Amino acid sequence: MYKYNDFDESFVRNRVAQFSAQVARRIDGSLSEEEFRPLRLMNGLYLQLHAYMLRVAIPYGTLNPDQMDQLAHIAEKYDRGYGHFTTRQNIQYNWPKLPDVPAILSDLADVEMHAIQTSGNTIRNVTADHFAGAAADEVADPRPVAELIRQWSTDHPEFQFLPRKFKVAVTGATADRAVVRAHDIGLVLKRQDGVLGAEIIVGGGLGRTPMVGKTLKEFVPFDDLLPYLEATVSVWNLLGRRDNKYKARIKITVHEHGIDDIRARVEDRFAAIKPSFGGIDMEMLREIEGHFLPPIFADKPVDAYTRAYEADPVFRAWADTNLAAHKAEGYAIVTVSLKKPGQTPGDATAEQMRALAQIARDYAHDELRISHEQNVILPHVHKSNLPALHAALKAFDLASANVGLVSDIIACPGMDYCALATARSIPVAQGIATRFEELKLEHDIGALKIKISGCINACGHHHVGHIGILGLDRAGVENYQITLGGDGTEDMVIGDRTGPGFAYDEIVPAIERILLCYLDLRDGPEETFLAAYRRLGLAPFKAALYPAKEEKANAA
Amino acid sequence: MSRPFTPKVITANALLQGDVIYLSESGTWVRDLHEAALIFDAVRAEALLAEAQKDGMVVGAYLTDAAEGKHGPEPTHFREEFRRTGPSNYPHGKQETGARANV
Repeated sequence: MYKYNDFDESFVRNRVAQFSAQVARRIDGSLSEEEFRPLRLMNGLYLQLHAYMLRVAIPYGTLNPDQMDQLAHIAEKYDRGYGHFTTRQNIQYNWPKLPDVPAILSDLADVEMHAIQTSGNTIRNVTADHFAGAAADEVADPRPVAELIRQWSTDHPEFQFLPRKFKVAVTGATADRAVVRAHDIGLVLKRQDGVLGAEIIVGGGLGRTPMVGKTLKEFVPFDDLLPYLEATVSVWNLLGRRDNKYKARIKITVHEHGIDDIRARVEDRFAAIKPSFGGIDMEMLREIEGHFLPPIFADKPVDAYTRAYEADPVFRAWADTNLAAHKAEGYAIVTVSLKKPGQTPGDATAEQMRALAQIARDYAHDELRISHEQNVILPHVHKSNLPALHAALKAFDLASANVGLVSDIIACPGMDYCALATARSIPVAQGIATRFEELKLEHDIGALKIKISGCINACGHHHVGHIGILGLDRAGVENYQITLGGDGTEDMVIGDRTGPGFAYDEIVPAIERILLCYLDLRDGPEETFLAAYRRLGLAPFKAALYPAKEEKANAA
Repeated sequence: MSRPFTPKVITANALLQGDVIYLSESGTWVRDLHEAALIFDAVRAEALLAEAQKDGMVVGAYLTDAAEGKHGPEPTHFREEFRRTGPSNYPHGKQETGARANV
C-alpha cells in the first residue's frame, strides 16, 4: 500500500502543527467560534449532539495492521474504546475532547493518517471498491488512481472553497461495489484497445434530490484522466450555484444545464489546461502504482479449508456468506461482519480492532479494508488459513455469518449522535436485525440490502437499499418512510416510496410484513427480494404494509 | 399576529468537553436540564440568548422549548430528550454521569 514520501510526511505534520495552534487560539479566546468553525471542519472536527466528533479519512478504505492498531489506541486513549466505520470508508470517533484533538491528529500522523478534507466544501476522501486488488472481476486496481486523486485534491488551491462538498469514488471491476453512480464523480476503470482509462460518470448523488450519475465520457485514457477531472471540477466550481446550498451539488448543475452542455464546457476547459500537466501526473501515477503491487501469493493445498468446510457447519455457514471470489488460485476475500444482530452497524471496539490487525498479520498479507457497507475486509486470505482465521474471529465476536443478508444493515449514526439527524437509525437497525434473528428467517430470505438514514441527507444510502428507511421528524415524533426496489450497483435504481411513514415502534413490524410478503410471493428461493420486487412491483408490498387502508378502500 | 411565547431554556455545547449545557438562573452553565432557567418571557429570552452567544467557552447557544416539570424543566421534543440523556445504543453521555457538575 501507499507509503508517504517526505512531502506527504511534512505536509501532514505541518497541518497538525497549524491546527494545534488554531485549537490553542480558540481555547485562549483569540479565535471566535465563527472563525474557528471552518478551520476545525477542514480538519474533520464536527460538533455533534453530545460531543465533538472526529472523522478520520481511510483513503480508499485501505489500512495496514499498524494503522488499525493506532485507531484502537486512539479509541482507548482519547475516546470511549470504540470507533464507528462509516459509509464513506472513514472512521468516526464520537467522544473526543477539543484539547485532545491535536494529540489525536499527531498520533494519526505517526501512522500516515489524517482527517484532512473529511468535511467542508472540498473534495472529500476518495472511496474505492473494497475488494480492490483482489476481486476476480477486476480490470485494474482502482487504488493507484484513487491515491493520485487524493494527492491532487488535497489542499488543491482551486478547490478549497467549492460550492459544496465533492465526492469521488473509483471502481476497477465490472460489478460496482463502490456505488460510483451515487457520487459527484464516479470512475469505472476500463481497458480499451490495450490502453487503461476510465469511464467518467458525473452528477450522481443521494440526499434530498437523489440522482443516478450520467456518463460524461465513455473513455478517458489515464494520460488525460487528471486534467479531465480537474476540468470537470473547475467547470462546476464556476457554474455551481452558491445562492442555495440545496442546489449547489454538481448533480443539480448537470440537471439544470444538461449533460451535453457540461460536456462541451469540460472539453473546452480540458483543452486549455491539459498542456499545463506536462506528463507529471503520469509520472506520479507510475510511481504510486509501485506501492500497490499484489502480495506474493502462496501456491499450496487448500485441504485444511475443505476439511473444515465439510466437518464444521458453523464454519460452513460463515464461508458461504462471508467469502468472495479472489483472482488468485486458492485465495478468498473475507468480509468480517461488524453487524452482529443487536450491535451498532459499523462499530468496532479497540480490542476488536487490535484482533483484526493481528489476524491481518497472521493470515492476510498485512492488509485490511473498510467497506462502505461498514464491514471490514481481509482482501487476501489463502483458503488453508480460513479455519484458523475463523476461530480467531470467533474469539472476538467477529464471526457473524450474515454478509449480504437482512441483518447486514447500513445505518448512519442518526439522532443518537448526529446534529443534522431528524430521527434515530441505529436502534431501528438493531431492532430489525434482532427480530429476524428471533424469527430464524435470515438465510431463508437470502440476499437483501437494508439501508437506513436518519435524515434526508442520506448518509445511510436509503434510496439505493433494496429496502430503504428514512427517519424524519413529523410534528415532533420520529417517523420512518420506506422505499423499495433501490439498487446501488452498476444498474443503479432509486427506490420507490411506499406511502405514509411509520412510527418508531411500527417500523420493525412493517419491515417484517414486507419480508413475509416476499417469502409468500417469490418464485422459489432463487428469486431474491430485489428480483421479486422487479417482477411484482409495489402493489403487493403496499397491500402488506397498509392492510387497514386497503380494506377501507375495498369497503368503499 | 405572532405566536404566543412558549417557555424556553437556553442550551449550548461546552467548548472544551463538547457536551450539552444549559443556562441556569444564576447565569452559570449547568449540565442538568432540571437545573436550567425556564424563561417565560420573549424579551428576557432574547436578551439572555444574546449574552450567552457572547460567551467564548460555549458553542452554538440557542433557545429551545421546555415544559415545567416536578424537578425542573423537561424537554418537549425528542431531540432535546436525547441531548439531555445520551445515545440509545450505549450508556454513554449524560445518562452515565448523572450530569450534575457545573462547568
